Amino acid sequence: MAKIIIDEQSYEVKDNLTIYEACRQAGIILPALMYDDRLEPVASCDLSVVEVEGEKKLVNACTQRISDGMKIQTQTARVREARKKVLTDLLAKHPLDCEQCSTAVQCKLQAYVQEYEIPHPTQKSSNKNYELDESNPFYIINPNKCLACELCVRVCSELQGVGALEINDKGYVQRKLTVECESCGNCIDICPVRAIIPKRFAEEYAQELAVMGKEQASEQTRHVKTTCSYCGVGCQLELVVLNEKVIDVKPVKVPPNNGLLCVKGKFGHKFINHPTRLKTPLIRKNGKLVEADWDEAYDLITKKVKEIKSKYGSDAFAGLSSARYTNEENYLFQKLVRTVFGTNNVDHCARL
Amino acid sequence: MTNSISDIRETDLMFVIGSNTTENHPVIANFMRQAKKRGAKLIVADPREIDLAKIADIYLQIKPGSNIALINAMMHEIIKNKWYDQEFVAAQTEGFAELAAHIQDFTPEKVAEVCAVSAEDIKKAAQMYAAAEKAGIFYAMGITQHLSGVHATMALSNLAMLCGNLGKEAAGINPLRGQNNVQGASDMGCLPGDYPGYQKVYHPEARKKFEQAWGVSLPAKTGLTLSEIIHGGADGTIKFLYITGENPMMTDPDLKKVRHSLTSLEFLVVQDIFLTETAALADVVLPASSFAEKDGTFTNTERRVQRVRKAIEPIGDSKPDWVIFSELMARLGRPQSYRSPADIMAEIAGLVPEYAGITYERLDEVGIQWPCYSADHPGTPILHQDKIERGKGLFVTVDNISSAELANYDYPFIMTTGRNLYQYHAMSMSGKVDELNKKASESYIEINTATVERLGLKDGDQVKVTSRRGSLITTVKATDRIAEEVMFMPMHFADAKVNYLTNTVTDKMAKIPELKVAAVRVEKV
Repeated sequence: MAKIIIDEQSYEVKDNLTIYEACRQAGIILPALMYDDRLEPVASCDLSVVEVEGEKKLVNACTQRISDGMKIQTQTARVREARKKVLTDLLAKHPLDCEQCSTAVQCKLQAYVQEYEIPHPTQKSSNKNYELDESNPFYIINPNKCLACELCVRVCSELQGVGALEINDKGYVQRKLTVECESCGNCIDICPVRAIIPKRFAEEYAQELAVMGKEQASEQTRHVKTTCSYCGVGCQLELVVLNEKVIDVKPVKVPPNNGLLCVKGKFGHKFINHPTRLKTPLIRKNGKLVEADWDEAYDLITKKVKEIKSKYGSDAFAGLSSARYTNEENYLFQKLVRTVFGTNNVDHCARL
Repeated sequence: MTNSISDIRETDLMFVIGSNTTENHPVIANFMRQAKKRGAKLIVADPREIDLAKIADIYLQIKPGSNIALINAMMHEIIKNKWYDQEFVAAQTEGFAELAAHIQDFTPEKVAEVCAVSAEDIKKAAQMYAAAEKAGIFYAMGITQHLSGVHATMALSNLAMLCGNLGKEAAGINPLRGQNNVQGASDMGCLPGDYPGYQKVYHPEARKKFEQAWGVSLPAKTGLTLSEIIHGGADGTIKFLYITGENPMMTDPDLKKVRHSLTSLEFLVVQDIFLTETAALADVVLPASSFAEKDGTFTNTERRVQRVRKAIEPIGDSKPDWVIFSELMARLGRPQSYRSPADIMAEIAGLVPEYAGITYERLDEVGIQWPCYSADHPGTPILHQDKIERGKGLFVTVDNISSAELANYDYPFIMTTGRNLYQYHAMSMSGKVDELNKKASESYIEINTATVERLGLKDGDQVKVTSRRGSLITTVKATDRIAEEVMFMPMHFADAKVNYLTNTVTDKMAKIPELKVAAVRVEKV
C-alpha cells in the first residue's frame, strides 16, 4: 500500500496504481474523455492533468503512476485552466449541434464543456463535412464528430478481438474493408461523443424528438438495468426506454460481461415492442384461433382441466416450462403442475 | 460451469470442444480471445473450423460422434507419459486404476482413424493440456446432443480430474448453457425427477418436505421427460399439455411426428409472446410478457443469479407469466398469496439450500453465484474448491459409441446442426429484428467445396436434403471449413426446418436427442 495526499487529504491506496485510479479509489473522479479501465492507459486527451508536488509540469493522471508520499492537487486554478484549454481545442474540432444530436443524455464532452464553462466558439467551429458511413446495418459512423481518441478502435481490437476499425489519415474513425465486423456495437458505448450511434435508436429518437423536443425527451428517457434474455452468458445491460418503448440498449460494466455485449444483446431487442406481439388470449372456435378475454380463456382451461382429470387422472397432464422464464416463474410453473395437475410430468428444453 | 466467466482471462489453457463459442456465447468468446492474446493456449475440437479454430494452437477437425474417442486417447497419452497430476489423483479421486486399464486400448493411432485427425495432433493436444498449470474445458451441445452425450461429459470430467483441474481458479469443467435461464429452469425443479434444488421426487424425505411446504400430497412417481411428453399425444399417455415459452414445432427432432402428436392431444394450452408455430396448434393461447415487462431473476451459465427488472408496462392485455400462473392456480383451487416475484424468491430461498441466501436486495449491484447458503454467504465462484462435493471424484470409464446413424449408400453424408451469430434458436425474438434478418434470414447447408464440385453443384444452388425422416429444400453454401463427408445446417430458419431431418434417438440417461448427427443425401433441384 502507498500513502498519498490528494487535495490535502491523506489516503492509503494500492501500489502501482495510476494517479487516475488512485483518485478514483479515493472517490475523486477526474475528468477524462479517453480513459477506460479495461484498456491499458495511454496519454491522449490531457484532460485528466493534475499538479504533483515537485513536478514543474502538469502530470497526466491516466498514465502517471503514484509513488509513496506523492502529493496531488486536482482542482487548482492552473489545472482548471489547462483543462479548459484542452476542452476549447476539442470543441473547435467538434460540431456544435448538440440540440440536434441523437443522444438521449449529454455526451461526455458536452458535460465537461458545461462543467468547465467553455463558451461555444462564435464562428462555425468545424468545417469538416464528411459523409456519414451507413454501410453497416446496425450503426452509423459520423466522422464529423470523431475526436480520433481511438477508444473504439481499441475496444474492437483489444476487447472484442476483431480489429475492424481504424483512424484514417484524415483523422477520423473508419471501417476497415478487409476485416469482417461482428456488429457487436461495443464501439458505440465507449465513444465519448456519440460519433458512432445505433441506426435504430437514431431513427426512433428522431421521431420522438420531433414530437417532444430535446429537453423533454432527455427528461423522460429512463435507463433500466436488467439481464439480457438471449444466451446463457447473462450479460448485464440497461434498457433505454422512452415513451414505453425500448429504443436502445447499453452494456453495464459489471460481471459477467464487464461492459461488453454481442450483436443480439445490443441490437436484438426490437421484438419487445413488435406489432405482432400477442395482445389478448386466443381461443380455438370452429377450428380457428379467435380473440378472447382472460376470463373466457381461464374458464375454458379450468373446465378442461376438471374434465380431463376426472376422465384420465393426473398423469394425463404434462407441462413444459421455459428456459426463457425467470426463476420465480419456473418455480411457480412446476408448483402448478405438481400441486394442481398432480403429476411430475414437467420438463423444459435443457435437452435441446 | 464449475468456474466463473471472469476466470477465463486468467487461464493458461482453454480446451474448447463441441462449442462454437463465438456465435453462441459471443461475450465469452471475447474473453477467450483476450486470454489468447495474453498468451494462454487454445485447443479446439469441432467438426467445423469455427472462428476460434483460426486462432487455436491446435485444431482437431474431428468427425461428429467421436468426442469420447478423442478424450480417451488424450487420457491414454497423459497416463502413459505420467503427465497427470499424481498428487490430486491420489488425494481427491477414486477409480484411477480402472480408468488407466480402460483407456489402454485408446491409442492415439487407433483413435486417429475414428476421429479423422492425425495421431500426432492428438498427442500434442494431450501434452499441451497436461502441461498447463490451469486449464479450463469449455463445451456445449456438440458434446451433449449425441446418443452418448452423458458419457462424453463424464469423459471430460475424467480428463479434468486427471490433470487436477478441478476446484481451482481459471480451470474446471465449463458447460456453456444455451438459453438465458436454462440453468435456472433446472434449478427451480422444472424436471420430472427433481423438486427445486435437485431434491429428488423419489426420495421420501424430499417429498415430505415439499408436501409440508405446499400443503398437498405429491406423486412419488418420476414424471416423463420432454421427448416423452412431446410424443405423449400420439401414444395416448398425455391428454392435456401446457407449453410455456417454448416452440417444439421448430426445436424438437422429427417435426412431422411432433405435429402429429400435438394435434392428437385433447387440449393444448400455449403461453408465449408471439403466435409461434406451436401456438398456432393450440386450443388456447395465453399472451405473456417479455423480460422487459416484469421483475424476477435469471441464473446464468456460471450459476450467477441476476436481476431482471421491469422497464415497460405489459404490451396490450398480456400479463407477466407469474401472474398468469398465480391466477390459474387460484381458479383451480390453489390460491397463492404472492404480491410480487420477490415473495416467490423468498419461498424459493426457504426450500432450496443453494438459494437460501439470495434476496433481491443482495442482487442489486452484482449477481451472486450459487450455492449461497445463508444471508452472509458470499456465493461460490468456484465449485469443489475445498474438496470435491461427492467426497472423492469418481473416474467413470466410458466407451466411444457410434452415432445411431452412420453414412451409407442411400444417405452418404453426415449432417450436423448448430447456430448462427445473428439469429437465436427458433427466431421468435431475433427474427423480429430487421437488421439481424439482413445478416441472416434464410436457411443454408454448408458443404465442402470439393464435395460441392463432386456432386455437380455450385455455391448458391438449391438442393433437396433428405434424411430417413423427411426432406427439405435449401441453399448450398460452399466452404472449406467443414470436412468433405460432413455437412452443416443452422437450426433457426422456418423456410427449411432442419428438425424435419434430425433423429429422435436419445441418450439413455439424459434423454437428449442426437441432434448433431443425421445421415442425409443431397440432390440438385
